Amino acid sequence: MPFLANLAIGLIFGLGLVLSGMANPAKVQNFLDLFGTWDPSLAFVMGGAILVTFIGYRLVWQRGAPVSGGSFQLPSRTDIDSRILLGPAIFGIGWGLGGYCPGPALTALGLAAPGTLAFVPAMLAGMWLARNLPEHRKQPA
Amino acid sequence: MTEFTPLASLAGGALIGLSAVLLMAYQGRIAGISGIASRLLPPYPDNAFSSRLGFVLGLMAAPFAAYLVTGVTVVQSVPSSLPLMAMAGLLVGFGSVYGNGCTSGHGVCGLSRLSVRSLVATLAFMATAFVTVFLVRHVFGG
Repeated sequence: MPFLANLAIGLIFGLGLVLSGMANPAKVQNFLDLFGTWDPSLAFVMGGAILVTFIGYRLVWQRGAPVSGGSFQLPSRTDIDSRILLGPAIFGIGWGLGGYCPGPALTALGLAAPGTLAFVPAMLAGMWLARNLPEHRKQPA
Repeated sequence: MTEFTPLASLAGGALIGLSAVLLMAYQGRIAGISGIASRLLPPYPDNAFSSRLGFVLGLMAAPFAAYLVTGVTVVQSVPSSLPLMAMAGLLVGFGSVYGNGCTSGHGVCGLSRLSVRSLVATLAFMATAFVTVFLVRHVFGG
């Protein structure tokens, strides 16, 4: 049951990425190209996603607990350490170079563009590396 | 050039938000793709592997589901340099996990929770992404 529910929820996420244009690296890179062929579409993706999530989260949290049981698992950290700057800074360089962040890269994997087939295994290797750093393993998962 | 698509992008963004809200309602979890995908690799922190696998398979099914419903294939233009794409993938994978989130976890879910950490993270990755594209296209590129 959790598998099927997550399959459906992931499918909705992927359809959102496809419809919004985020599965197209050229569109992402054009959003990031303020002084060239700027395409402001991605601001609308973020705007639509945050609007729905901001309101929806608050409605959901009023229920007190998730449908499948347990409790809401929200990040509790509020400290600003070097990792919260350094990690995203590194991620942003890769995002600019390739035009993919993790969701769109996985969504587009089956379309099998050669660049995507090079990107995704390297992304997974990078994820594995970061999770298996000695300093990272001490952190709560 | 890519066409400016405010309505499709807004609607697509709303679907992403709907998915994030459904995952919170169903399982009480943040819809952070880097967190979900990276935990498909060892070490396994809990017993939610099948949930994460389902979510990622759902993502991967989306272009095909969209084609079945609309008959339209997904338009893509992917950078063709394979070494560059492998380097980009490595940076995206490492950086997103090292910084505890990516565009979805920090950018969508974190900002919606009014998290200051996620705001800092989002500003950091937007800044380096803008600078990277500027350098590639207008300083080093043609």
